[in-house]
Amino acid sequence: MIAFLIKRLFHALLVMFVISIIAFSIQDNLGDPIQQMVGQSVPESEREALREELGLNDPFLVQYLRFAKNAAQLDFGYSYIFNEPTTEVVLRHLPATLELVAATTLLIVLLSVPIGVYSAIKPRALLSRFFMGVSIVGISIPVFLTAIVLIQLFAIGVTWTPFPADTGWGSWLNDLITTEGGMPAYGRGDPVHVFGTWYTNFASTDGLVYLVLPAISLASIMLPLFIRLIRAEMLEVLQSEYVKFARAKGISLRRIYFLHALKNTMLPVITVGGVQIGTLVAYTILTETVFQWPGMGLMFLNAINRSDIPLIVTYLMIVGLIFVITNTLVDLIYGLVNPTVKLTGKPA
Amino acid sequence: MSLLEVNNLDVRFALRRGDVKALRDVSFTLDRGERLGIVGESGAGKSVAAFSLLNLIAKPGYIAGGSIRFDGQELNGMSDRALRRIRGNRISMIFQDPMMTLNPVLSIGEQMIECLKAHRRIGRREARAIALRKLEQVHIPSPEARLDQYPHELSGGMRQRVIIAIALLLDPDIIIADEPTTALDVTIQAEIMDLLLELCEKHNVGLILITHDLGVVSQVTQRMLVMYAGRVIEQGPTREIINDPQHPYTQGLMNALPQMATPGSRLNQIPGSMPSLDNLPSGCAFHPRCGFVTRPDGSERSACRTRVPEFVASGNCRVACHMVAEMLDQERIPAEETPR
Amino acid sequence: MTTQTSPQQSAPLPSRWERLRDSYLLYSFKRDPIAQLSLLVFIVFVACAVLAPWLAPMNPYDLAQIDIMASELPPFWIDGSDPAYRMGTDAQGRDLLSTILYGARVSLIIGFGAVALQALLGVVFGLLAGYLGGRIDAFLMRLADIQLSFSTLMVAIVVGALVKAIFGGATFSAYAVPLLVLIIGLAEWPQYARTVRASVLAEKGKEYVDAARTMGLPSRRIMFRHILPNTLSPIFVISTVQVANAIISEAALSFLGLGMPETHPSLGSLIKSGFDYIQSGSWWITLIPGAVLVVLVLVINLLGDWLRDVLNPRLYKG
Repeated sequence: MIAFLIKRLFHALLVMFVISIIAFSIQDNLGDPIQQMVGQSVPESEREALREELGLNDPFLVQYLRFAKNAAQLDFGYSYIFNEPTTEVVLRHLPATLELVAATTLLIVLLSVPIGVYSAIKPRALLSRFFMGVSIVGISIPVFLTAIVLIQLFAIGVTWTPFPADTGWGSWLNDLITTEGGMPAYGRGDPVHVFGTWYTNFASTDGLVYLVLPAISLASIMLPLFIRLIRAEMLEVLQSEYVKFARAKGISLRRIYFLHALKNTMLPVITVGGVQIGTLVAYTILTETVFQWPGMGLMFLNAINRSDIPLIVTYLMIVGLIFVITNTLVDLIYGLVNPTVKLTGKPA
Repeated sequence: MSLLEVNNLDVRFALRRGDVKALRDVSFTLDRGERLGIVGESGAGKSVAAFSLLNLIAKPGYIAGGSIRFDGQELNGMSDRALRRIRGNRISMIFQDPMMTLNPVLSIGEQMIECLKAHRRIGRREARAIALRKLEQVHIPSPEARLDQYPHELSGGMRQRVIIAIALLLDPDIIIADEPTTALDVTIQAEIMDLLLELCEKHNVGLILITHDLGVVSQVTQRMLVMYAGRVIEQGPTREIINDPQHPYTQGLMNALPQMATPGSRLNQIPGSMPSLDNLPSGCAFHPRCGFVTRPDGSERSACRTRVPEFVASGNCRVACHMVAEMLDQERIPAEETPR
Repeated sequence: MTTQTSPQQSAPLPSRWERLRDSYLLYSFKRDPIAQLSLLVFIVFVACAVLAPWLAPMNPYDLAQIDIMASELPPFWIDGSDPAYRMGTDAQGRDLLSTILYGARVSLIIGFGAVALQALLGVVFGLLAGYLGGRIDAFLMRLADIQLSFSTLMVAIVVGALVKAIFGGATFSAYAVPLLVLIIGLAEWPQYARTVRASVLAEKGKEYVDAARTMGLPSRRIMFRHILPNTLSPIFVISTVQVANAIISEAALSFLGLGMPETHPSLGSLIKSGFDYIQSGSWWITLIPGAVLVVLVLVINLLGDWLRDVLNPRLYKG
């Protein structure tokens, strides 16, 4: 176990190192703090003197070490846009994103497992085929488009009148498929303060309502993926010899499905889940953009549009760190669940 | 009244291009404590016969007809729920590959205890105790530790012993062993077969042993059946069939054994190969490969090509062969024309 | 002693065309109405995109043709529409049908271009890594793993942001198409590399490679002429999915402002610019290009699913 953690730690440091090199190169080549610090009218000679003073003409390695040292203390400089330490800006935006991701993950886990398992047990049932059909449509709709459609349907409302409105049944059907709108689709509403920079949407119904549309949008793109994955893995597992043997032992079908089969099915799902975290973060950027959800994604986008280099660099470093931590956690969980993997990382 | 009576069992596979007959008119019996061998090439239908007894054939296979009477009850047509009470409890199965048979993510103990709890109302502690005892019976060293281990931590031979222990957990009446030693090292094969034999004799458990290994059959079983292309073609006491095979195919099998060949000359093979089930020859399925279709005087025995042979009694054995019937001067009851 | 079944007379080898005609691929295709429909729709799309300059009622890039007074007109099935603009117009008065045709064109060009680039990079790297092994393999796969763990979309976004920052907005917009092909191609090569490498590793152990080596054939020839053809099947399968992914990636980048500009829009940038007007009730500006995008990606995904089922009959579909 210890050996595993040390190995992963080393791997994590390596990845962080690579990211930091990239981040620093960006800062070095694209960022010009002098520009932000002094006005236009300051002559070049003074700028040059200032550069010398700030150590901006030092060799690459020296500057990088300075960067790394600061980075380890979570000091990445000042944001151009907000004019405060970038770390504070990030910390302010982080809870919003984390809550959105948490709500989405909950949705995905609660829905994908039952649907995936059901579709594998009864692959030819009408409901299964329906889910599969919806799934393939789901992965074909980009997340931002789902968000827009949801906004149109539930925030703005849409009136359909395909059926003759002057008849009783016609207008009833029309009413059925007409939506009122009214769901909030902009920002976080009024989150409740917990401590520090953490404001939560989970503490009030009002807050939760603001989470609904964004979470559904974000889940909509990942849910089909997991449903299809769980279904495919489960189908294969159900053909295996050990399932046949369990049946020959007279074990109940329920136990076979939910213990024998499911445990084996979830192993590759955990692995894929780990890999999908990166995709989730990318989709979060898109979702936050559509809903103007004030999380890290929106912050990053603003930083890009306004060339706030320190903020961009900070975002990359923080996101890199989050990736490395979650990947390590996923590997750990996998190692704990799968008994054929000793936690030195090598198969037994 | 035998413990197990199988009559006219018909198993088919529902494929896109039509139904294929995997088993045709298979009948045999098993008395309490008796050991029966089912022998044949790959694809002859041995495993299908075994699985169909407990209705465990994978789709698209299905039992098309026939009767399977176990201890007075008719198994064919029984609900899955009722069959579950018999599986693992009164009739157990042992599969071929011990690595694939055990669930890799569950411990040995878990897989044994669940079997006990599925059929009896007992607590975990008691179940664990029973499991331990069975592990001892199959001569597994340090059984206490094994219960908490996982399948991949055991060697192939040990895994198969565990599976035998699982088969014995509920003191079944019959064990069906489908090629139990094929996937094991040669040195371990003998050990496992000895173990199986010892346990069956000691506890008076019936055994249906499915194998292509004639040597094993001759050592372990009391009676045997030989299958070819989905039908039984010869059955009777093992000793008699081994010493004096009647059916040309059985003779071919015996001759093909390496010890039957003259040193220095080629091994005796049966020419050709077994036909695929969707493309069976007319009449006797073996006739294209049979050397006895032509009589010694040169005339052709047309029945071999046109009619499926019925069983005739020859001593204690029953053989389905026109030539044998002719030799025994039996009345040949007109058998049905085989539809192609 | 026996009547042997006589061996079949050797028949002349079937030609390539005959093999395709009798192949399982075609057999399965003819029996799958969804695959047929998807292919049909896809061909229609490609045809429309290629023929866009001739099919479109007007040229949306020609500023002279745009009439600002005709802005935000609804499509033909809603009151207030103008027959000259069948699908309605956007906020600047551009005909939506025309912009969609041209936009689909851009999306498809970038989609195919990016996949061609990824395939090239991925296949080469995959072959090298799989066949040569050792340090090269370790390095390439480590790189691929890191890139994959960040998700290709994330990498595309970051690289896109950087490229835009380096080149500046104007230059980026001017060379948007090749730049996007480059960005998406660079972001997605690991998928190909890993697939090809896995195939190569599987093939490497097979006897025909040993045989080729014993015959003294050079590595390069073994790689390309012997191993590569056997790895083509998975490459085809993921190519279809990757085209769909590339189109979505481009749409996502454009939506974030890191892709095609509004003056030369793809379907993604059309959706973006239309989104601002959804509150005012002009839903068609964003949702019709959106629907077109979805249908395009959907048929590609359906074809990919069918192809995967055909080339990989591991699971009995019973």
